[in-house]
Amino acid sequence: MSSIIQTFTTPGIAASRRAFMGRTGTLSAVAVAMLAGKDALAQGMSGDMSKDVGILNVALGLEHEAINAYQLGAGSGLLQKPVLDIAVQFQSHHKAHRDALIATIMKMGGTPVMEKKLDDYAKALKADTLKNQGDVLDLAARLELGATNAYLGVIPAFGSKDLAKVAARLAADETMHYTVLTSALGRPLPVGALSFGA
Amino acid sequence: MISCDFLRAFALVTLAASAQAQSVPSAERGRALYESRCVACHSVDTNRVGPAHQGVFGRKAGSAPDYAYSKAVASSNVVWTRANLLAWLAGPEAVVPGQAMNYSLGEAAEREDVVAYLATLSISKTSNAKTTAVR
Repeated sequence: MSSIIQTFTTPGIAASRRAFMGRTGTLSAVAVAMLAGKDALAQGMSGDMSKDVGILNVALGLEHEAINAYQLGAGSGLLQKPVLDIAVQFQSHHKAHRDALIATIMKMGGTPVMEKKLDDYAKALKADTLKNQGDVLDLAARLELGATNAYLGVIPAFGSKDLAKVAARLAADETMHYTVLTSALGRPLPVGALSFGA
Repeated sequence: MISCDFLRAFALVTLAASAQAQSVPSAERGRALYESRCVACHSVDTNRVGPAHQGVFGRKAGSAPDYAYSKAVASSNVVWTRANLLAWLAGPEAVVPGQAMNYSLGEAAEREDVVAYLATLSISKTSNAKTTAVR
């Protein structure tokens, strides 16, 4: 299980910027791309910016949970290849989202929400009820669909159009995950158009 | 032969019945909406990114056990009545400024359905979960 997740060497996300930057070293390409041109965001936190940081922190909470959900699935022994490989790949996407969100929150002067312990996520997600690969995929699909709609739903709430675009890009990734998981489960795709985020 | 007038009248009656059915809040539709719109952060009986919703109907905001609320919600005096839940889902910032959810449902009918579903979560687990919509 440890091979599929490369978490920071200490649990949780450190509150200090220095500790964070020291551990992450270089940001992922996704994080760099998301942060490109965002220096203006770091020039003091207005009311809108504080609200935006709050939204980003909720998003970060979702990403922490997604990473741990995939960890629980991968560590359960219930996933077989190639599904396991796909789960690991999706987890890596969520890690990139996490890194980008943490970097953005800190750049805006906020404090990233802490990651909980794996056991806490296991309890909250009722991991003990997962009995087979289908159960794991169903949980993942539910979370990915929820995340898609959550990201789409908060786009209008952002004060920054740049951050609204970031949310849209995150939603696109979650939609891709949901679509693949839906296919893996043998379920039909949405019949109608505009089924997400309505 | 069926007259055009009859067909028109039949269509109008059917449409009216359909509209009336849609206008009645449905906990079943609300549950489906909850699954697609709320489950990213919420569960019925466990705290996740957001607080658990079991018993939310009628309780004071910020009072779900063991959930770390924003200061704004924790210190608010809002009680989750039907009206307050509808307003919250329409625009949480207007109900509790400084809240952390920032997510809303754009359609009034969807809000009604979700609130109807949330009302069913207030019922004792030992009783029938099919609840009439709270109006």
